[in-house]
Amino acid sequence: MNAAIGNSALGSQAGAISQMQPARLKVEQVTYAYSATDRSAPKFTLGPASFEAGRQEIVAVLGPNASGKSTMLKLLAGLVQPLSGRIEVDGSEIGELDLRMRAQRVALVQQESELLFPLRVWEYVLQGRYPYGRRLRFESDEDSLFAGNALAQVGADALRSRWMNELSGGEKQRVILARSLAQQPSLLLLDEPTQHLDIGGKVELLRRLRKLADQNRHTVIVVTHELNLAAEFSDRIVLLHKGKCLRVGPPGEVYERDLLEEIFEAPLEVEMRRNGRPRVILRAEH
Amino acid sequence: MRTLTPRRVAGICGLLGAVLFIVVVISLRMGAYPIAVSDIVKTLVNGALGRKDQIPSDLALVIFGLRLPRIALGILVGASLSTAGAGFQALLRNPLADPYVLGVSSGAALGSILSLILVPHVPGAIQAAAFAGAAATTAAVYFLGRRGGQLDSATLLLAGIISASFLSAIIMFLMTTLTGRDLRGMAFWLMGDLATPLPSTHLFAWFGFLFLVFFFAAGAMYTTASDLNLILTGEQEARHLGVNLNRVKLVVYVSASVLTGLAVSVSGAIGYVGLLVPHVMRMIFGTDYRLLIPTSVIGGAIAIVVADLLARTVVAPTELPVGAMTAIAGAPVFIYLIRRRVR
Repeated sequence: MNAAIGNSALGSQAGAISQMQPARLKVEQVTYAYSATDRSAPKFTLGPASFEAGRQEIVAVLGPNASGKSTMLKLLAGLVQPLSGRIEVDGSEIGELDLRMRAQRVALVQQESELLFPLRVWEYVLQGRYPYGRRLRFESDEDSLFAGNALAQVGADALRSRWMNELSGGEKQRVILARSLAQQPSLLLLDEPTQHLDIGGKVELLRRLRKLADQNRHTVIVVTHELNLAAEFSDRIVLLHKGKCLRVGPPGEVYERDLLEEIFEAPLEVEMRRNGRPRVILRAEH
Repeated sequence: MRTLTPRRVAGICGLLGAVLFIVVVISLRMGAYPIAVSDIVKTLVNGALGRKDQIPSDLALVIFGLRLPRIALGILVGASLSTAGAGFQALLRNPLADPYVLGVSSGAALGSILSLILVPHVPGAIQAAAFAGAAATTAAVYFLGRRGGQLDSATLLLAGIISASFLSAIIMFLMTTLTGRDLRGMAFWLMGDLATPLPSTHLFAWFGFLFLVFFFAAGAMYTTASDLNLILTGEQEARHLGVNLNRVKLVVYVSASVLTGLAVSVSGAIGYVGLLVPHVMRMIFGTDYRLLIPTSVIGGAIAIVVADLLARTVVAPTELPVGAMTAIAGAPVFIYLIRRRVR
């Protein structure tokens, strides 16, 4: 598998380039609290968290279940507002952008909800052009062009006239990604994208993300709990545990055995590979 | 795969408009007093050009006095109900939503009856009261249909059916206890009928007012068409793609309630049109609301004009209420759709 994602060396190159440019995503001392009612004590708190991400960078938000990964993603997507701190995309605070401006900058790839009525792949991908539409939002030739390119970039051109509900899991994932690409976002957010994919599908998706980040100059944020995949493809790791942001940095610096063992509550071994990326293995205990 | 363009929408609507015209001519032709097509066309042309003196008086009476107003009423009611149905289906994210099934029509009917009791001679009061009844019932069904903070498809339908039966019981109570007043009949409110006495004066202005309200409400809903497309693929996704969910929901909620109130105030609670027509239009033209709303408007008009034609002619000289015809066609389709969802 490691050989399969061998082109991730490109990632470190991209990381080097991005350091020369101003950060595209800036998260400064962000906190968030969730409580069941307005008056009760918060059930869950997140932060303070700070990190940055540049163009062509892939950042993995990593942590076990209930560590605050999904909340972090919602904050980055502007779906919830931070209690304190700032989140900036391309210099604008995310909460201050109007809905459509925000959708032109940030795209969120989630597991899609159940479709109420059957829809063709082409119609679905064209929805990604919604933030750019005017009046009744009939799509222009330009919109069709961007949607077509998006489909081509994920290798789903042939699926164009298929029905969404007839696609396989991997095909659906690519089409959902294509809709997000049609938004032409600066920031591409993915929520557990590898969850329902087999190992081949995971590798294919991560290679594709690397390529997209490089070609389209996207900043990609992936929420995941898969340690090895995150180590392999990401330029930076944001490690969360029980709402606290414990470490931010390249995988080689963040992956410390004792830290990971404590967070994931499992006996782990971390070994450094020749490409400078760590690999985590489960330690056999006799 | 073709992208939807305004030209394509206009083309399809033109085609459906032609079908509606043919249906209207057939409906003008048939009845206890058959009229030749050539006479209908001549009368319509003369009428349109204002040459009233050239129209034979018997034709003028049957066409302009009886059949045309009833057809116009059918067009208004059918268009309103099916547009409201398409709106409710998106608003409640439920393909089985329909003003009648959800009890919204019964709420509008109760509002209408109350206005006839309380303020019988105020123009427009019955439409306003029907709207208030429809809006209140929609809100009630919406909140009753939630489970664990989420809209639940089956609970929503049950809430609608129970609201409908509760409101029908109140209507029956009022109709039984308040005899002697001009409240139209129980069958009118519960089943729907187009054979209602129309205002004897200012008929043109009356129709003008109703169609104006219709165009405002349907037009308002149409401005949300592309937002509704996104809402149908998931509210979260729609919000993230830049849809202002609260605004869209408010517009659809108000306009669907206005349309239901409008239809019920003049024809009683005609069922299943709002379910049947948008579904047929979806099957033929796809799910895009930018096409679905206008095709549902014309399709609904066609459906009610045809249903009323059948109601007038199948057991002539007796007339069936038009709501009986739509229920005969609609109920089996409703069952089919439920079965298909269960599978």
